[in-house]
Amino acid sequence: MKFAVPLVLFAALAGLLAAGLRRDPHLVPSPLIDKPAPAFHLARLDEPSRAFSPQELLGKVWLLNTWASWCVSCRQEHPLLMALSKAEVVPIYGLNYKDNRADALEWLSQMGNPYVLNVQDINGRVGIDYGVYGVPETYLIDKAGVIRYKQIGPLTLESLEKTILPIVGNLNDELAK
Amino acid sequence: MPSPATIGQFALIAALLLASLQATLPILGAARGKSSWIALAKPAGQWQFIAVALAFCCLAYCFVTNDFSVLNVASNSNSQLPLNYRFAATWGSHEGSLLLWTLMLAFWTAAVSIFSRHLPETTIARVLGVMGFISVGFLLFMLTTSNPFTRLIPVPLDGRDLNPLLQDPGMVVHPPMLYMGYVGFSVAFAFAVAALISGRLDAAWAKWSRPWTLVAWTFLTCGIAMGSYWSYYVQGWGGWWFWDPVENASFMPWLVGTALIHSLAVTEKRGAFKSWTVLLAIAAFSLSLIGTFLVRSGVLTSVHAFATDPRRGLFILGFLGIVIGGSLVLYAWRAKQVGLGSPFDVVSRESFLLSNNVLLAVAAASVLLGTMYPLVIDALDLGKLSVGPPYFNTVFVAVMAPAMFLLGIGPIARWKKASIPELARRLRWAFAASVIAAIVIPFYVEWKPLVSLGLLLAIWITATMVLSLSDKLKTVNLKSLPRGYYGMQVAHLGVAVVIVGIAVVTGYESEKDLRMEPGDSVSVGSYDFQFKGLDLVSGPNYEAIRAEMNVFHNGAIIVRMHPEKRIYNVSGNALTNAAIDTSVFRDLYVALGEPAGENDGWSFRIQYKPFVDWIWAGAFLMAIGGVLALTDKRYVTPANKKIRIPEAA
Amino acid sequence: MRSLLLFLVLLSNPSGDSDLEHRVMTLSQQFRCLVCQNETIADSHADLAADLRQQIREQMIAGRTDAEITTFLSDRYGDFVLYRPRVSPRTYALWFGPFAMLAAGLFALYLFLKSRLWTLNRRTLSADENRKADAILQFSSNPNVAVYRDQFAEIESDFRIGVIVQEEYERDRVDLKRRLLEEEISKQAPKTPERLLNNSRG
Repeated sequence: MKFAVPLVLFAALAGLLAAGLRRDPHLVPSPLIDKPAPAFHLARLDEPSRAFSPQELLGKVWLLNTWASWCVSCRQEHPLLMALSKAEVVPIYGLNYKDNRADALEWLSQMGNPYVLNVQDINGRVGIDYGVYGVPETYLIDKAGVIRYKQIGPLTLESLEKTILPIVGNLNDELAK
Repeated sequence: MPSPATIGQFALIAALLLASLQATLPILGAARGKSSWIALAKPAGQWQFIAVALAFCCLAYCFVTNDFSVLNVASNSNSQLPLNYRFAATWGSHEGSLLLWTLMLAFWTAAVSIFSRHLPETTIARVLGVMGFISVGFLLFMLTTSNPFTRLIPVPLDGRDLNPLLQDPGMVVHPPMLYMGYVGFSVAFAFAVAALISGRLDAAWAKWSRPWTLVAWTFLTCGIAMGSYWSYYVQGWGGWWFWDPVENASFMPWLVGTALIHSLAVTEKRGAFKSWTVLLAIAAFSLSLIGTFLVRSGVLTSVHAFATDPRRGLFILGFLGIVIGGSLVLYAWRAKQVGLGSPFDVVSRESFLLSNNVLLAVAAASVLLGTMYPLVIDALDLGKLSVGPPYFNTVFVAVMAPAMFLLGIGPIARWKKASIPELARRLRWAFAASVIAAIVIPFYVEWKPLVSLGLLLAIWITATMVLSLSDKLKTVNLKSLPRGYYGMQVAHLGVAVVIVGIAVVTGYESEKDLRMEPGDSVSVGSYDFQFKGLDLVSGPNYEAIRAEMNVFHNGAIIVRMHPEKRIYNVSGNALTNAAIDTSVFRDLYVALGEPAGENDGWSFRIQYKPFVDWIWAGAFLMAIGGVLALTDKRYVTPANKKIRIPEAA
Repeated sequence: MRSLLLFLVLLSNPSGDSDLEHRVMTLSQQFRCLVCQNETIADSHADLAADLRQQIREQMIAGRTDAEITTFLSDRYGDFVLYRPRVSPRTYALWFGPFAMLAAGLFALYLFLKSRLWTLNRRTLSADENRKADAILQFSSNPNVAVYRDQFAEIESDFRIGVIVQEEYERDRVDLKRRLLEEEISKQAPKTPERLLNNSRG
């Protein structure tokens, strides 16, 4: 019944297209999941004479949040970050991406500062190492310095509750044993 | 007096009713022999066209008169927009372009209803019925999910402006031309489905499918070429084809349409391969529909995509399922009933034509594979990957090169039974000349394998064309050769010209991307570009920074070029307007990038593109070939004339 | 110190620079600009694209190969950034599919053509069939037969002006009549309005 072949092929194609409707072609999953967080040594935003490196946080579970004063979506997630930092569940460190120091400090004083500290990635090189393509992006890093989760775009209550916080809980429990 | 938007709205509803009538009664009438129902087909189709045309005119009127109470106008136009772009903005949005689609379909419907004296009424009834069914789908889609006449209250004072990329003559011409082609394949589709419904694929079907397919193909060729040219001068990076999903969506029907034209030639002559021809006719239009889906559903990332909405995507997908799925079910059920026709040898012109069919079909399938593959991998949860020009260029050239080679042999081979030794003998000089020229010519500039391959194919096609013509002229005089023959040769020559253009520009183009200050000079190719300075100019709805670039060749100034960076008043969008100096053997291309440092320094992209216009000139030749074939007198002389049948020999 | 050196190199614009730029642009055309709607980082005006081009430039100056730079980018952004998909088990179907289809298609065509060869020489007409065909051609007002008449006339004219030779002429006429008969006979089965009319006219 070779004349039915085109029909079968089309059915497969249609199934594929239907499946495609539920996907977002713009979401790019990170290849860095379960890989060590790339090292860097950047000047701090508050005291540029001092530097910070993720090495210092081995043994802790923490969030690295990329943001900029010119980024509109960053304003969206900011209240969540503030709430998260008040809850003291997981420390938030900021990567100020391709920004101007004065603008960044101004932004923080206006909007509030949820970060333990910030580093300046002025030319975006560290961002490239982390695979940043559009701020804001947030990385969850574990005690061994391995990236466990990446949030593309602003943090949402749903992603926090359903994904990030549970993972944080697991990671914290792990080493307690 | 109701507003034009209201009239337009009602016109669409009327069109839907008429299309529903057109889609149902004639087909039922043909099945039951009710001539009154059969007779409804033509008037229903023609009145549907009038209703859709009225709706279209109303929407265009709203745009031209700046009626911002219509949401579509407010979202896509602005009072500062020049008149021609206000008109073109009618089809600048998803809703508007759907209306254009529907208008084209209605136009083809009316055309079929008028130019069909040679076909039995029942056939026409079925053909118009199938087209009516498709019209119903699009009209329903518009009225339920994408109404161009939705009102906006309160009425804004002005609109959001048309995307600057679309504010261009290309926008006025490319979509209508493309849609004429794209949608035109619906006629061949309707003929095929009508034939399957009746259970008969007879000689009349084969003969009359051909001109309709040719017309659609010709329009699509022009539409694609225009899209490519428009992209070239508007995108600012000098590219002319990117294998973007939307470009592929128009190219796949073109490839299948080309296969269809050639397959129809065999089917008409020998009555053979009917089921394959029918499948191609279904496939060509199906690919048009799939393309329409891809552009509007958000399933793939593309420069061209309209604002995406999965709900709309679902509707179109459902519609696709019914139309394509339905026709393929019909195919599976009825295709085996059609006869095999006259046989022909394994080596014959027919088999060369069919090999070319296989190659074109594989090429189309490969483009589909590459376009859909990221989706396949994502749906199977195997991650995300991209398939871009490096893949398509490799695969497409590999599959099409043999087809181009066959292009030379096919027209020379005898019908029904050809002999390879004889073909080899007739073609050996053409082959030798092509090989030698292809190897030698590139040394003049710089030898590159792909340039050589391109030249080999192009010269081969031209040489065999000359050979065929000179052979024919030994026995026949120039005037008595049918136009169809000239059409074929001109179209094939067009292919050769396109190949030359692509090979040379890809092999020998050069570019410089650099920062220049006024007074600086740089050489690209054998030309010297001197940046004189910047100027501020005003357009009807934009402000622009214009650079003056003097171009020298052998020390003498040959042209002054003025690339611009425009900032549109309403949207604030910036657009690069490249300056292009066109000439038969090369284009010079200068585009402004970004401001760089003090002293009026800017980054420039300067390109030397040899033979690039040959690509579009070749496409134009192909279209002319199509027109020539169309106007062959076999389609023009009245049918049913009595001919004296001589005694059998 | 290293970045100062780099800066000076970039500023001095020696003649070899254009080769470097060309190499940068050529390689950049292989990568997707992630913030754009389907453009390469060579063509895009986005900041990220400019940053990545700069990154590529510096790596090339440092002596990295195209393959190493490609890996650098895909390690950070995933395979999605590559316009040329890697050849790996999950892309075998993509890279080898077209050639498999081509081979299968041409083979299927060959088999089909060969299977029909046996009918090639059995296509002659009996006197009876010949008479019947002539009658249909002459008298039927069926539009389908009109098409056959036109084709017959074309064969005549092609022979007259010399496009085809005697042997082809004979063969084509026989062919045409046979096809005509096959079509007209197959129409006898189901009944539709035209058939009823045809039957009455013969």
